[in-house]
Amino acid sequence: MTATDAVLGAPVERREGREKVTGTARYAAEFPAPGRAHAWPVPATVVRGRVTGVDTASALALPGVLAVLTHENAPRLGVPDDPTLAVLQDPRVPHRGWFVGVVVAETLEAARAGAAAVRITYDTEPHDVTLTASHSGAYVPESANGGFPAVTEQGDPDGALASSATRLDVEYRVPPLHNHPMEPHASTAHWDGDRLAVHCSSQGTTAVRKELARLFALPEDRITVRAEHVGGGFGSKGTPRPEVVLAAMAARETGRPVTLALPRRCLPAVVGHRAPTLHRLRLGADRGGRLTSLVHEVTTHTSRVKEFVEQAAVPARVMYAAPALRTAHRVAALDVPTPSWMRAPGECPGMYALESAMDELAAGLGVDPVELRIRNEPEREPDSGRPFSSRHLVECLREGARRFGWESRDPRPRSHEAGPLLIGSGVASATYPVLVSPCVASARALPDGGFLVRVNATDIGTGARTVLAQIAADALGARLDRVRVEVADSGIGFAPMAGGSSGTASWGSAVHQACVRLTGLLAEHSGPLPDEGVTAEADTSGTVDAESPFARHAFGAHFAEVAVDTVSGEVRVTRLLGVFAAGHILNARTARSQFIGGMTMGLGMALTEDSTVDPVFGDFVERDLASYHVPAHADVADVEAHWIDEEDDHLNPMGSKGIGEIGIVGSAAAVGNAVHHATGIRFRELPLTPDRVLTALLSHEHPAGMLGA
Amino acid sequence: MKPFAYVRADSVEEATEAFAAHPGARYLGGGTNLVDLMKLGVEAPVALVDVTRLPLDTVAELPDGGLRAGAMVRNSDLAAHPAVRDRYPALSQALLAGASGQLRNAATTGGNLLQRTRCPYFQDVSKPCNKREPGSGCGALEGVHRDHAVLGHSDQCIATHPSDMAVALAALDARVELHGPEGTRSVPAADFHRLPGLHPERDTEIHPGELITGVVLPAATAGLPSAYRKARDRASYAFALASVAVVLHLADGVVERAGIAFGALAHRPWRARRAEDALLGAAPTTAAFEHAVDLELAAAEPLRDNAYKVPLARRLALDVLGRLAPPATT
Repeated sequence: MTATDAVLGAPVERREGREKVTGTARYAAEFPAPGRAHAWPVPATVVRGRVTGVDTASALALPGVLAVLTHENAPRLGVPDDPTLAVLQDPRVPHRGWFVGVVVAETLEAARAGAAAVRITYDTEPHDVTLTASHSGAYVPESANGGFPAVTEQGDPDGALASSATRLDVEYRVPPLHNHPMEPHASTAHWDGDRLAVHCSSQGTTAVRKELARLFALPEDRITVRAEHVGGGFGSKGTPRPEVVLAAMAARETGRPVTLALPRRCLPAVVGHRAPTLHRLRLGADRGGRLTSLVHEVTTHTSRVKEFVEQAAVPARVMYAAPALRTAHRVAALDVPTPSWMRAPGECPGMYALESAMDELAAGLGVDPVELRIRNEPEREPDSGRPFSSRHLVECLREGARRFGWESRDPRPRSHEAGPLLIGSGVASATYPVLVSPCVASARALPDGGFLVRVNATDIGTGARTVLAQIAADALGARLDRVRVEVADSGIGFAPMAGGSSGTASWGSAVHQACVRLTGLLAEHSGPLPDEGVTAEADTSGTVDAESPFARHAFGAHFAEVAVDTVSGEVRVTRLLGVFAAGHILNARTARSQFIGGMTMGLGMALTEDSTVDPVFGDFVERDLASYHVPAHADVADVEAHWIDEEDDHLNPMGSKGIGEIGIVGSAAAVGNAVHHATGIRFRELPLTPDRVLTALLSHEHPAGMLGA
Repeated sequence: MKPFAYVRADSVEEATEAFAAHPGARYLGGGTNLVDLMKLGVEAPVALVDVTRLPLDTVAELPDGGLRAGAMVRNSDLAAHPAVRDRYPALSQALLAGASGQLRNAATTGGNLLQRTRCPYFQDVSKPCNKREPGSGCGALEGVHRDHAVLGHSDQCIATHPSDMAVALAALDARVELHGPEGTRSVPAADFHRLPGLHPERDTEIHPGELITGVVLPAATAGLPSAYRKARDRASYAFALASVAVVLHLADGVVERAGIAFGALAHRPWRARRAEDALLGAAPTTAAFEHAVDLELAAAEPLRDNAYKVPLARRLALDVLGRLAPPATT
């Protein structure tokens, strides 16, 4: 074994772990520049309308309040790429919670009190915040998120469906969901003349700098954005959010450094959310369980500020061999907050519906649900006809079944009672695309024998800087502890965000290339290195993003065991086991953490996470972590993640696929399918909270509707 | 921020005097609810009278076999107290079913009783709430109310009381001890909280200036079989969708004493007197339990989106009653 064999794939500990657990890692709100002021936003309290009056007198009279900015006095900004960033530019209120002002004060408390003292009057208009499958405003967009065509069709799905031996026609509903990273969105902004420096809790500084340059009409090289440590994002920090704009605006207006950390309760309205999705799934199959037709149609909402279409029907284009296939998206623009990316946008809700439907089909046919999926394994990607660069879904299903003990399962629903508990198990597949973007990186050999690698990656808690050091050490043939990595500074150069499960591939490809080049330079170099060292640079533009002749996706399989309490309707997941095929796993420790984190988030989606749009007041009702129920420790009993060694030469120099999102894809379906197996009842709306489960258990036992029984 | 005075009291008298000296003051215990409400702008006290240093932080044996828990005993400590675990298991279970470990370490017995509803409309000052702002309306009535009341609500307020502990205290016939300008008194825990009626702004029967000094657990229910059960959206750190505390004492094959209280169904812990009366003298059979619980819940008036609470509460109660009655008798 060489040194490099040992380093790539090894369970290396996070480099910043000690800083984080000892509290010395600094986050965006924790840069106390001299004279720093604090800001607090003023959210709109109407759903739709216009600001007609602003009274800031009593706010400004409060001790410590420095300024109140509203559309009446805020500086005019350039036009952003993302219209949700055009804050305080006009009196329009597109949804409740939209920021109509910001208060700057000497202290956080004074800013909060000032915000409460600002008096805003509005003209209101009737609003519509309720999504229905038959919403009259729903339309077919040009494309769904990710640039995917809104509609695809192959063969004759309707005809094939009509002539199928077995047909399934079912609807599912996934509620709005919220990212809620532990660290709320926060920025500290500081102007030095016409230079702007920002510490921002973001998944990528490149995009933040670009938008700030547009908004403040500055050349990008006068803006520095850093994101040294980020306490999670799950997509909601993939793009700049209003807080960085308001912080920069407030800092410029007051001449002071300004920190704005968004209150938790503001997040659902202004940092994006997973839009609710209404799914209609129609499956046709022959008697052997081979799909003859697959139709997945999705209706979702967006805001009136911008169009975002959760691409939930897209995974159906990848998963199964159906000769006739239609996938379609419709969207209704409502008076709701703007949805955005949340961990595995598209795949996550889409696979919940598709994998639940596959389970229903298996149950209807009397075919084992693992076997049904194996029978429908395609030879090529159904949508594109391209060959897969690698696809080991069947291996994941088989390995998961073996580890889980699937063969001992009694397939009959409601066949396992343990006192008041009904025990069941379920399976679902997972998929996530391989994405990669261009990036620059540099690698420098220093006279002391060390190496410095610089890449504008962001480590949002994933272990990115650790894995990048492993990639560099591997490419350099160097010991890991000789490689220093600098990340999360827009001054380093452009890089894509930590998102789309593409960070490691994108940053790592550039780091690898820079290190290989450096190795070449060093081989030609003789004598001691100069004081400044020897540096090689890489820019992967035009190479990593070249069209691939292959369909590239990661795959996986989830197995869940649940216990349903027939007294209370409470569902608990007693086991969750995932097996993934995601190329070469570069760090066994951080990868496992990513997988089980995603699976746990899927558990929450299945059982606990619910968000309600208030029909009267127009906002999300559950806006704190006491009411928006992410799983608590006690909910997460036994979660295992495994992977199979997958060789794939069509990916990147590391042979890796992204792993940040696949853990959440399909896990909710596995839980839901397990609940069906446990109870014999098919639930088609998430989450499976006691109110829903108990009501169904009772109506199942007493079909006459004796709910009191 | 709105400035407020802060007074740290070292004695009960000092506390009530400081409270009287600052109209608009609030007593500060663990702060796990009050401080949140201050940040939200729901509470804006002119003064906080910190009572956490008062010598009310012990659980004492009473001569008659009961227990007195001081108002400053932390929820974790009360739950873990051997005498509580041994003689009043429903109380220990209820405390441990509440909040999270961190919150229980901070929250006090008195504060737990005085915590406010978690109704989202109460907590959002941009929306109407008769409890927060009398006369402003009730946002939850037409809004989102899956978690709200099915018993004893009014058109003014459909909020529920969030405490688990208080439900067990009600079933156990505990009393709440108060000290105020007019001296000391005690009220039954089951009557300490109010129904909303026309005045949802008043959560309890506490008089202005009164301070909770402790809770007395009576000898009468000491050592009787008791249990608490709670249904919730997640396994920990969630308020009840419904809960029940039951004390059941059998003698000569019939029910000699029954204490039943429901949580999360009403503006206060709902003492199920009708059910208790129906059980007295009855053999502890499944049929008798069903009859009794159904009598109680017949008064339920569910809202648009919370009808599930009635069968849920019913099943929790029957489950706990069945577990407390010896198997041979059911």
